[in-house]
Order: sequence, then C-alpha cells, then structure tokens
Amino acid sequence: MIKTEQHIDQKLFPILEQVSDPEIPVLSIMEMGVVRTAVIENNIVKVQITPTYSGCPAMDVIGEDIKKALKEKGYNSEIELILAPAWTTDWITPKGRKALEDYGIAAPLDAEADKSVLLDGKRLVKCTNCNSTNTRLVSQFGSTACKAQFQCDDCQEPFDYFKCLK
Amino acid sequence: MKENLYKYILGIADNSLILGQRLGELCGHGPSLETDIACTNISLDLFGQVRSYYQYAAKIIGDGRSEDDIAMLRKEREYVNVLLVEQPNTDFAYTIGRQFLFDVYHFLFLKELQKSHDLTLSAIATKSIKEVSYHQRFSSDWVKRLGDGTVESHQKMQDAIDSLWTYTDELFHQTEADKIIVSEGIGVDVTVLKAEYYATVSKILTESTLKVPKSKWFQKGGKEGIHTEHLGYLLSDLQYMQRTYPNMEW
Repeated sequence: MIKTEQHIDQKLFPILEQVSDPEIPVLSIMEMGVVRTAVIENNIVKVQITPTYSGCPAMDVIGEDIKKALKEKGYNSEIELILAPAWTTDWITPKGRKALEDYGIAAPLDAEADKSVLLDGKRLVKCTNCNSTNTRLVSQFGSTACKAQFQCDDCQEPFDYFKCLK
Repeated sequence: MKENLYKYILGIADNSLILGQRLGELCGHGPSLETDIACTNISLDLFGQVRSYYQYAAKIIGDGRSEDDIAMLRKEREYVNVLLVEQPNTDFAYTIGRQFLFDVYHFLFLKELQKSHDLTLSAIATKSIKEVSYHQRFSSDWVKRLGDGTVESHQKMQDAIDSLWTYTDELFHQTEADKIIVSEGIGVDVTVLKAEYYATVSKILTESTLKVPKSKWFQKGGKEGIHTEHLGYLLSDLQYMQRTYPNMEW
C-alpha cells in the first residue's frame, strides 16, 4: 500500500526538473524529492507530490507550476497531494544539498547531529559563508517552516539551516 | 459510523485550529523577532495539519461542505476543542505554558494515532508528529529558560502553569463518539496517555525549578462544545472575513 520509492517516467524528468521550489528558487522540485510519482496514463500525466511540512504554502504553487510546465510540452496533468510516506530531508538529492549550500542555506545534518545542535547547542552546522563550524543556534524557527536561524561566530554571517526531518 | 468518525476528526482538528489561531495573533506582536517567527511557524504547521483533517472530514460527511466551511462556519458550541487551547495570550509565559501543556499531549497522541487502522489518519499523524516534535522542543526549552531564569520570569512562568493546570485533565476525557471510534481501532484511547503525560510534564517543570501544581480541581466542557468566554471572541476574529464577505476565496 505504502510506496517509498519514486515512480518517475524518464520522459518527464527533464520537464519536472525545470520546476523550482518557489521559496528556494535554486532548488528543483526533483532535487527536493517532493515529486513521488509522474506517469502517463491515457495521455494524462498523473503526478503525486508530497509536502515538506504540512503547512507548506509552496505546495499549491508547486502544483500549478508543474501543470504549467507540462502543458507547455503538450501534456495535460492531474496533481494529487499525498501524505504517506511522509517526506524526509533524506530525499533531498546530493545535487540538491549542494544547491542549498551554494544558496546560503546549510543542508540538514543527520538526525542525531541535528538533535544535539538544536537541543544541546553543539556546534556542528557549517557556516555557508566561511565553512567554520563555530556556529550557534539563534532560533529553532526561521523564515520558513523548514529552517532554523544560525549565526557564525567566526565570520559573523547569519544564515539559515535546513532542519532535519525524519 | 460516518457521523462518529466525523466528530472524532473534529475533536483532533479543532484543537490545532484554535491553538493555531491563538499563535497567529502574535504575528508581528511576539516579544522578540525569533519568538514571533517561532509562534507563527508553529501556527502554520498546525493550520497545515488542520487542512488535512478537515479535508478528510469533509469527504467523510459528504454533504457538500468544504474544508473551509467546516473551519469557518460553525457556531461556538459546534467547536469541540479542549478549553486549554482557547486560553488567551495573557503574557508570553501563558503562551509558552499553554503550548507546552498541549505539545506534550499532542506528541503522545500522534504517536498512538500513527497506529490507527484508518490509513488517512495514520498518514496525517506520521506527517504531523515530525513537526510537533519541534514544537515540543521549542516550548519545553522556553519553560526551562523562563522557569530557571530571573526571579520575575520564574514567577510569571509558575503563575501561568498554575492557572492553566486546571485545563489539563480534559485532554484525557473521552466523548461517546471517541469511545466508539477507539473500539474500532481507529481512535486513540487518550485515558492511557495520562500517566506518561503528567510524568513528562512534571519532569520538565522540575528541571525548570518550577513546582508541579497540586490542585485536583479540573475544568472540562470543550469536548462537548461548552467553552470558556474566550472562544467567542477568538471566533469572531477567525470568522470575520467569511461572515462579512460570504464565500470569499483567497
């Protein structure tokens, strides 16, 4: 019943890769791992997307953007929002992590490290500006639901950290 | 069956809706930028969860009402949230105390709801619990900071916990609909969560140098639609747009 793997028709991949996360424009929705299924059935593309956070306001926009991108290539589509299996930061691809870092958002650590950073004030998150790990948590919540605020104590750069969600 | 499941879902969703609205009131009014953003982020998570629940409730009841109708167009006595979540943002200690006393429950509840035989509810729970674990970290952290802070912050935090304590027992009450849904393997038997709830809450309060209230006098009524005087004002805010401009859409 529950599918953990992705089903993406390879023909559709280049089209979907062009759609970006409206909150983090450098990141494609494919790198983000929010597209779980994209298959062509009776000339209609059926797409299943899953939200990063329940209240993520980007999901409606992402759905519309996917429709538009597919339409431009001559496909009609149906978008379905699914909750299971729940999205995890593990689904962000290595390329996606790199894009996040380049954009100035520290990519999520593993669950254990994340906990010790957010709860015990351990200094493990790498500054996106100078790579120092002499960074501290400013707030567990940031500009969007998925991020926390950090500051580097070496170069003083304030930056976002993408919280681990498992 | 349908009616009971519908009521059961509202029992879960209304808590998140009303608490989300309370937290939303702090948008632009939080005591600091970070706490302002945190409270509204938590509010956003709760509203996101609420949408999933109300969409499902609308499907179950199948009488043409949408998720928005269910959220916005009920009367005060038709909301079945617990009294705790409708309590006002008296000061930041109350906001944190209310959040903490709810988060500890919410986490334990969702942990069990993940095992529900209803696949939609278990999916929502599995999604939500990840978010709620962050909420609980945030509120517990602030209880400790304020409790173990200055003389004044300690006193304010203690006052908030003492006043809100009377609303905690209701979290573990069951309505008739709840009992039926629990017997079907769909709902969570909240009565069994009680011991772990008070143990967790007491542990964190003690760590925060706060006293665990001794009072055994508890308020109830929210789950039956009998609310404190605060809910009406909250709803008049929440429902204003829909009542002034019926059927308006964002």
